Amino acid sequence: MSTIGINTRTEIRRVLQDHARLPVDIDSIGDEADLFQAGMTSHASVNVMLALEDAFDIEFPDRMLKRSVFESVDGIASALEELEDKAA
Amino acid sequence: MTISIGIDLTSSDAVAESLHAHGTRYLERVYTDRERRDCVRQAGHPDADRLAARFAAKEATLKALRREDEPIPWTSIGVCSDGAGRPSLELTGPAAALARHRGVAGLSVSLTHEGQFAAAVVVADLQEDK
Repeated sequence: MSTIGINTRTEIRRVLQDHARLPVDIDSIGDEADLFQAGMTSHASVNVMLALEDAFDIEFPDRMLKRSVFESVDGIASALEELEDKAA
Repeated sequence: MTISIGIDLTSSDAVAESLHAHGTRYLERVYTDRERRDCVRQAGHPDADRLAARFAAKEATLKALRREDEPIPWTSIGVCSDGAGRPSLELTGPAAALARHRGVAGLSVSLTHEGQFAAAVVVADLQEDK
């Protein structure tokens, strides 16, 4: 079961709202929805990655620089959970 | 001969916003050392138009390589220019490995700018359709 809490998902959504340049409000998109299908460009995903690193004080390793990590709130939350587990 | 084509369009305004928001971290995570050297204006500031063309080339390359969910750092795809200004691609690390896996014998790239947008087309020459 995911240990990523509601506050973390709220912060992920704040980052997406500010940096993903989505044509719709992030609150209209479900946790499992494909953000690229929703209009996030590849370039915007770079901003999302950098803003997540700032927000959570982490750095995404090269092995996580793939579509599935950034394609949904769930994908991002899973990656953050993995990084937090390794840091613990 | 089998070819695979990739195309991408990138906004210079979006690149300028990323430079403003993330500065050097953005440059270092996305562009090769050579690209960063090649994309400076006279005052030494990054040139968002030229960077946008290079980002478009990276994405177009990933499409031509038929990337699925392989982890590919943006810096493993670089645009070089010869003395006449003709661009070419240099792949390293994971991008080079994916190209080998796909049987790519060669890559060609073309870049263009118009207004706030830059576009790139990449053609991959595949030895065999993998």
